[in-house]
Amino acid sequence: MASEGAQTSAQYIQHHLKNLQVCKDDSGEWIWNHCSGNFWAINVDSMIFSVVLALFLAFIFSRVVKTATTGKPGKLQAFVEIVIDFVDSSVKGTFHGKNAMIAPLALTIVTWVFMMNLMDLIPVDWLPFVAHAAGVEYLKVVPTTDPNITFAMSLSVFVLILFYSFKIKGIGGFVIGELMMNPLNPKDLGVPKIFWPLVCAFNFILETVALLAKPLSLSLRLFGNMYAGELMFILIALLGFLQLPLHFGWAVFHILIVTLQAYIFMMLTIVYLSQAHEAH
Amino acid sequence: MDLNATLIGQTIAMIVFVWFCMKFVWPPLMGMIEERQNEISEGLAAAEKGSRSLELAAVEKTKLLDEARGQAREIIDQANTRAGGIVEEARTAADGEGERILAAARAEVEQEVNRAREELRGQVAAIAVAGAEKIISREINAATHQDLLDQLAQEI
Repeated sequence: MASEGAQTSAQYIQHHLKNLQVCKDDSGEWIWNHCSGNFWAINVDSMIFSVVLALFLAFIFSRVVKTATTGKPGKLQAFVEIVIDFVDSSVKGTFHGKNAMIAPLALTIVTWVFMMNLMDLIPVDWLPFVAHAAGVEYLKVVPTTDPNITFAMSLSVFVLILFYSFKIKGIGGFVIGELMMNPLNPKDLGVPKIFWPLVCAFNFILETVALLAKPLSLSLRLFGNMYAGELMFILIALLGFLQLPLHFGWAVFHILIVTLQAYIFMMLTIVYLSQAHEAH
Repeated sequence: MDLNATLIGQTIAMIVFVWFCMKFVWPPLMGMIEERQNEISEGLAAAEKGSRSLELAAVEKTKLLDEARGQAREIIDQANTRAGGIVEEARTAADGEGERILAAARAEVEQEVNRAREELRGQVAAIAVAGAEKIISREINAATHQDLLDQLAQEI
């Protein structure tokens, strides 16, 4: 809804897609919203929403842990237990090693990403309107439409992939055995030994690209889906009264995307880490 | 979409949140779920055991009941036999007793008859003597002919 009279549709869309940023300028002063190109800028809205949602989840979890009984569970406890059981069965179905961190990591990812995605279902103008009234110029409500958030999560997972690959397979086992001997094993090819380095170099390039594609695709898939969904909501919001049925339809459809993307992010994290644990 | 320090901030937030879940959320809740699963499976096993022992008890009950029924039948049969015997015995005893009483009565009657006959005989003798006395009162002395009279009375 273009509430400000002079605002065009393009301005409205751009306004909605801009994060609230803060950074230091060259003279060392904190400045708002003129930070493009400055790496040390912080997207305040993304950080606040993601941390607040994390705190909300942590509050729910700790409340359940505090009041939980092994007897008849309360409704909140039953719900949290369903989620935990779901995550646990997903982890056990894919990951067969012994690692106390995978399951809590998966739980964190699926609940947190789900909550961040769910912010998309709040009508696009509500929170920015309130913020505007409070004097805040920009506000992007859905943290997962910020690539910084999704990349931070996928790069954390990537660091874990590398860490466990090196830890389980050793440096030689990972770099030589996994990155250089696959997918074309020079021993099986039957080429003369003089060509082996060539085959290994070819494998190394291929496998490195595949390895780097993991965090990239993990974060861009989530970011792309949520960004496109958000953009659809913004476009629908431009339609006047026609937006009501359309908004409802897209919101219902979006519930599926919200859930599915959280599940995919969790499931791929488990799969990647389980691959890192498996020796070839 | 420019990448900036939000990346670092979110990474730190994620590390903290994962650490929190790993330390305070997952282990207690998972332990609780597993404990409850154990309790439930134990309860189911106990119920299974209970129903099996109930089945066994039912079998045992039928066996005991059959046994008791058999015993009761045996006892009743014995009692019937015994009762028949007693009745038979009593009948025999009563028959014997009746006969005995009858015989005694007959003997008594015979004795009485004999006694009466003796008496009659005596009286007849006396009457005969009195008659004879009346006829021959003068010549015949009762004292002198006593032995004759006694012999006569004996012959009657």
